[in-house]
Amino acid sequence: MAHDWSDPSGLWGLVGEFEKPEDLMKAAEAAKHKGFRKMDAYSPFPIHGLSEAIGFRDNRVPWTVFIFGITGVTIGYSLQYYTAVIDYPMNVGGRPLNSVPAFIPVAYEATILCAAFSAAIGMFVYNKLPKPYHPIFNTKNFDRATQDRFFLAVEAEDPAYDAKVIEKVMKENGAVEVSECDY
Amino acid sequence: MAKVQERKLNDLLITGDQTYSSIDSSVDRLILNQKLHGKGWNILFLIGISLTGLLGLSIFWLLYQGIGIWGNNVPSAWGFDIINFVWWIGIGHAGTLISAILLLMRQQWRNSINRFAEAMTIFAVMCAGLYPILHTGRPWNAYWLFPYPNILAMWPQFRSPLMWDVAAVSTYFSVSAVFWFVGLIPDFATLRDKSTNKYGKVIFATLAMGWRGSNQHWHRYEQMYLLLAGLSTPLVLSVHSIVSFDFAISIVPGWNVTVFPPYFVAGAVFAGFAMVMTWGIPIRKAYKLQHLITDRHIDWMCKITLATGLIVFYGYLLEIFYSWYSGNFYEFKLLMKTRFTGPYAPMYWLLIFCNGIAPQIFWIPKYRRNEKVIMFICFLISVGMWLERFVIIPMSLTNNYLPSSDKMYYPSFWDVAMFAGTMGLFITLMMLFIRFLPVINIFEVKDLFYKMGGKKEIVEEVGANS
Repeated sequence: MAHDWSDPSGLWGLVGEFEKPEDLMKAAEAAKHKGFRKMDAYSPFPIHGLSEAIGFRDNRVPWTVFIFGITGVTIGYSLQYYTAVIDYPMNVGGRPLNSVPAFIPVAYEATILCAAFSAAIGMFVYNKLPKPYHPIFNTKNFDRATQDRFFLAVEAEDPAYDAKVIEKVMKENGAVEVSECDY
Repeated sequence: MAKVQERKLNDLLITGDQTYSSIDSSVDRLILNQKLHGKGWNILFLIGISLTGLLGLSIFWLLYQGIGIWGNNVPSAWGFDIINFVWWIGIGHAGTLISAILLLMRQQWRNSINRFAEAMTIFAVMCAGLYPILHTGRPWNAYWLFPYPNILAMWPQFRSPLMWDVAAVSTYFSVSAVFWFVGLIPDFATLRDKSTNKYGKVIFATLAMGWRGSNQHWHRYEQMYLLLAGLSTPLVLSVHSIVSFDFAISIVPGWNVTVFPPYFVAGAVFAGFAMVMTWGIPIRKAYKLQHLITDRHIDWMCKITLATGLIVFYGYLLEIFYSWYSGNFYEFKLLMKTRFTGPYAPMYWLLIFCNGIAPQIFWIPKYRRNEKVIMFICFLISVGMWLERFVIIPMSLTNNYLPSSDKMYYPSFWDVAMFAGTMGLFITLMMLFIRFLPVINIFEVKDLFYKMGGKKEIVEEVGANS
């Protein structure tokens, strides 16, 4: 169920604030076991194992990079083949027109260029960035999510959403504050 | 026990009693508190900007008069322009090595030095890129280097190493810039949230693009970061290999050597680490960042410098061996008549001293912690690496197969002016970088802090085991 943006108010979710990444990890794990799915954690640096704790998996970035890498090498080599063999054949020292060893460096650089750009652009696209506004920014103290605090949010859209259960799970695992967050 | 603990901690990569927010503020105060930048910054910026003016002037005069104002002559069609191009490109390589190769090898100590090393890479490649473009003589036609359909129905010659160079250097610059920018995004978000100044907030919010530290974002971000590191690693190795092909593919004596690619790459890393220390030591001193760039970092960087320096020295010895073993008269003549003796011989011997002998002082642990000694050796290395390219380029070109090639190469005033100018550009950009962007990767240092010191028990474990 998507949010009705014509209504400026409304509950987005419940957000817990943690002091330590370990607590966040435990709370995320516990919330997953309680059956919450639409949740996300917010931290100032990447925490290894947190995706597993929340139950998040996504391998689209590596696949995109692979596909664009293949595209890059194809474009890089066929460009050289087309220019040197088909469109502008020129005898250089009696070498074959399709000079495979000499064409490797450019094909190689084209691969890297395509793959690297697709990695960065893919990250932005799949993360839906740039995104100037997000309800989570309304959370109290959220400016510390990029500094020294760790947050766990369960969205109200979660079918299993139950504020009391969530608050209990978060508090049990060391949340210093649990607050509601509006759109 | 407590005392032992303390010593071990000081040996770690983050020292002192730190928290996440103390790490934050020790880096971002350089941006948020502009009053911190004192006289030293002003003087260096003034020097940098004046020399950049000289660069502008020499480019103007070059475009007005043509490349005849340089010292390049007929046997030595490559002079200061190509020497400086290779020198600058080489300096850039340490940045990518630190950010990519050390990341892949899980050398987490890189986290506190990678940001300004990457900045150095980008600025050095910018300085490098100017030279070949201006050396074309008509830089406004430099786009001819790229393949595009044109009314002349011609295409670039992809069998030429110079075309490989165009592809390699432009790819290198673009990928390094992307790597650097995506690395900055989480730090921009931190600055957005900490900034109290209205303009600062708007600028950093725009640059952070709504980064909110979401785990899903971090997940894809980490995947991307690792992939970029994996792609940059072969890239950085290929770039200097390709630069060395500009020489090694030809048949000029002294250039046609198979050891060139690995020896160029090692030389690049060698020069780059020297430059990282040349900037890192004063920065950490001026802005009191010794708790993030510790003596341990400097010590390890010295060791890498020593190791790559030995590879470079091995390259010199191999060049000597090959010129004899190849049985090629011209190779041997170059060695005996131009390098060992002859008018340019002092430059060759100075090169051997700067790159081969001076860095050996890093074998002694005491000197790997002495900032003055390190700064001096790093200066010698920068000079030595410049001399290496001088030895390769004009010395080989002025001693060729034909007697008509026996001619001296002398740089002109404008050669020197332009070299000083690119140094000025580099200094200016570095100074602006220090003032307006986080010099240390904040989120990666916090990650390192979490892994090493944030959890008390881990600190004790590490302390006990090391």
